[in-house]
Amino acid sequence: MDLYSLSITESLEKLKQKKLSSVELTTACLNRIKKTNKALNALITVTDEAALDAAKHADLLRAQGENLPLLGIPMVIKDNFCTKGVRTTASSKVLDNFIPPYNATVTERLLQAGIVMLGKANMDAWAHGSSTETSDYGPSKNPWNKGYLPGGSSGGTAASVAADQAIGGIGSETAGSIRQPASWCGIVGLKPTYGRVSRYGVIAMGSSLDSPGPMTKTVSDSALVLQVLAGKDPLDATSLPHEVPNYSQSRENPLAGVKIGISDDYFEGVDKEVVSAVTAAIKEYEKLGATIKKIKLFQPKYAIAVYTILQRSEVSSNLARYDGIRYGYGRDRFGDEAKRRIMLGTFTLSAGYYDAYYKKALQVRTLIIDDFKRAFQDVDVIMGPTSPSTALPLGSSKNHPMFGEMADVLVEPSSIAGLPGINIPCGFSKNNLPIGLQIIGPKLSEQKLINIAYKFEKATDYHTKKPSL
Amino acid sequence: MRIDVSHIAKLANLPLTEEEKKKFEKQLEETLQYIEQLKEIDTTGIPVTNTVTDLQNVADEDVARPSLSSLEALANATSTFHGLFKVKAILDQK
Repeated sequence: MDLYSLSITESLEKLKQKKLSSVELTTACLNRIKKTNKALNALITVTDEAALDAAKHADLLRAQGENLPLLGIPMVIKDNFCTKGVRTTASSKVLDNFIPPYNATVTERLLQAGIVMLGKANMDAWAHGSSTETSDYGPSKNPWNKGYLPGGSSGGTAASVAADQAIGGIGSETAGSIRQPASWCGIVGLKPTYGRVSRYGVIAMGSSLDSPGPMTKTVSDSALVLQVLAGKDPLDATSLPHEVPNYSQSRENPLAGVKIGISDDYFEGVDKEVVSAVTAAIKEYEKLGATIKKIKLFQPKYAIAVYTILQRSEVSSNLARYDGIRYGYGRDRFGDEAKRRIMLGTFTLSAGYYDAYYKKALQVRTLIIDDFKRAFQDVDVIMGPTSPSTALPLGSSKNHPMFGEMADVLVEPSSIAGLPGINIPCGFSKNNLPIGLQIIGPKLSEQKLINIAYKFEKATDYHTKKPSL
Repeated sequence: MRIDVSHIAKLANLPLTEEEKKKFEKQLEETLQYIEQLKEIDTTGIPVTNTVTDLQNVADEDVARPSLSSLEALANATSTFHGLFKVKAILDQK
């Protein structure tokens, strides 16, 4: 087995048993990057020298008896997380020359936990999109078929992890940006509850929605990474003070008695192959002891409208800071998608239209939250397809101003409500593209999601399949 | 509904070409048409949700903490003067 194809859990075991060094593992990943990144464009900055130094340091620490939770694990980080001394662009030419003087809390926590950062992953510019096609550094390609998109906005991280360039990765989701690319690339993507992971130092997109999270090869890995990321951060006033549970501990809990909610609306307009793989996955859950219950949820199409208004409004405010004075270049360098979003958000917040759009969206947001609360009185989690389709061909997002919203229709409602969700691989289409199952839970139910996702992973082998590169 | 693209671009401080204005006008109106669907939902008396965290009045102790040095803070600026950001004049001299 090639070293680069190891999971975090497997790597840690070998590192602890001294069967593997971080330098060996890091070198294997860097070689893999060299071999595959030109074709995939998953990483836009590779910090190879710094990575090898960090790996040597990790090995030294381990030799001294240090046992940090992710010591020596090579990981990639989406390029919207500030990394001190390492260029951070959010895939926009506005920030082409931006070298952050500080770390995002997520970066800081990962480094404190001992990771080896391999580089920064491509994404839709400013995280605007679900394809990576809005990146000013060119789109990433799907490792399962280079003629197809990896999804987005965390498409670079998803492609990189799926292609075994790294042992694990970090993404961020506003509505779909972790789960949808994880689904299209056949990996595990966990979007935590809003506020569970600090937003400090993440280049802001929709501040009432942005949630950083792990993108990994297995469910167990996502538990290990979330353990490091989660928790109150004094630098982010919206981070949650609630105690962080042990995410790995309850993985093995039996599923007997778990009630899974299914809503027909989440299967409407979805590709047949996706429907049949997801339906089969839900049947597998019945076999594992869960009970299935039909539920009725707020129609996802309204969530698209709410999301579009809230997100564009927050974008217009967040992107107002880019003036080329304190850092970065001027506003003339914004790409079309950013310009469109800034314009729509400026419009929906402008005098005379605020009530009709922004306020209305905030009211419907309340309805969506209440709707989920009602649903979770009857069921423990909700399951459905993560994306209405498998990966789409390159070029699909061009000239569709609502492409991202349509690709993310099934993840937007839960994002608007701030709920956690996880994507796990649950099958392949006829043309060998991955299919993803999403599991949504109530606020702060990450432990339960990990438990339920893990049981499926243990019973199936979809997560072990690798693209041939 | 027609969006006054020139006015919005001015509010957003976005330099747009005439061609871009035409393109965006059409695309923005398509998006607006989609979001008009919200009108189908009755929201009479429904409160707004500004944040989903249920946290209120998050306060922190008022103590100084280490922060960026002025050198670090200025490191990415294109134009500085005596340890300050240098900006274009905004007040008219006329």
